[in-house]
Amino acid sequence: MEAFVFFASAAIVLTGAVGVLTSRNPVHAALFLVQTLFGVAVLFVLQDATFLAAVQVIVYAGAVVILFLFVIMLLGVDRAENLGVEPIVGQRPLAAVIGASLMGMLLTLLLVATDGPTGAPGRTAPLGDAGDNTRRLGEALFTGHVFAVELTALLLTVAVVGAVVLARTVKGPMQPLPVVVVATSTEPADADAGPDTAADEESEEAGGA
Amino acid sequence: MVVTTSWYLALGAVLFSIGAVGLLTRRNPLVMFMCVELMLNAVNLTFVSLGAELGDLGGQLSVFFVLVVAAAEVVVGLGIIVAIMRRRQGATADDLSVLGG
Repeated sequence: MEAFVFFASAAIVLTGAVGVLTSRNPVHAALFLVQTLFGVAVLFVLQDATFLAAVQVIVYAGAVVILFLFVIMLLGVDRAENLGVEPIVGQRPLAAVIGASLMGMLLTLLLVATDGPTGAPGRTAPLGDAGDNTRRLGEALFTGHVFAVELTALLLTVAVVGAVVLARTVKGPMQPLPVVVVATSTEPADADAGPDTAADEESEEAGGA
Repeated sequence: MVVTTSWYLALGAVLFSIGAVGLLTRRNPLVMFMCVELMLNAVNLTFVSLGAELGDLGGQLSVFFVLVVAAAEVVVGLGIIVAIMRRRQGATADDLSVLGG
């Protein structure tokens, strides 16, 4: 039974991930992301991490993806993207090589370790069963890690203020982003000359024109 | 058959690689953000699996903090994307090379 649930949710997770990668429409990518996040939540339940499974569904699927969809709709970028364009030559083969080698290295590491993952069993915060999970997690968070919890609260406050500041509408005309002027090789070589010569050159150029 | 922890770790590795390839290939900044979320979820899955293997709650505690940081990151990142897209419609990641020098 556990194997069936694992393989079913693994298939859901991987098809969702490939869907995010290959869908041309950002809205479809966001919906595939929801599929992957739900699959990961099922895997969390399978490993008795019930609180994290609930938080995964509420925070990720409920808040983060909704935020993505909201921004997609707000900006009006919900049209299909042409995936055939490859602006940097060799970007996709290189990315495929990097991804394949990353996956190959990680999977080789797992295959070489015939005994599976090793390590000392934890003693400081023992893992309870599924029904006990939320209470134990709360106890560990608000006793041993209370300073980190306070820091995350500060981080969330800073993030909210930052988002409001970043997304506010500026009064007055919007300034466009500066256009980069690429320096050419015909720069004046005597840039360190005195102001007199520069003025002379300017007057000469004006007279010539 | 018994599903060991190595299966979960392998799934996390594959998911992480897919996210990395997506981050490197896609040009829409929103989709790139989604690929970052995929990679974060792969690492979360690894944390929970190793925590369950070793009987330690530390893995789940780490996932809790990763979730909070990911939420903050998405909020700030989407704010930046909104600010950019307002000034330049339909910008892709390739158009945002002003800081590239």
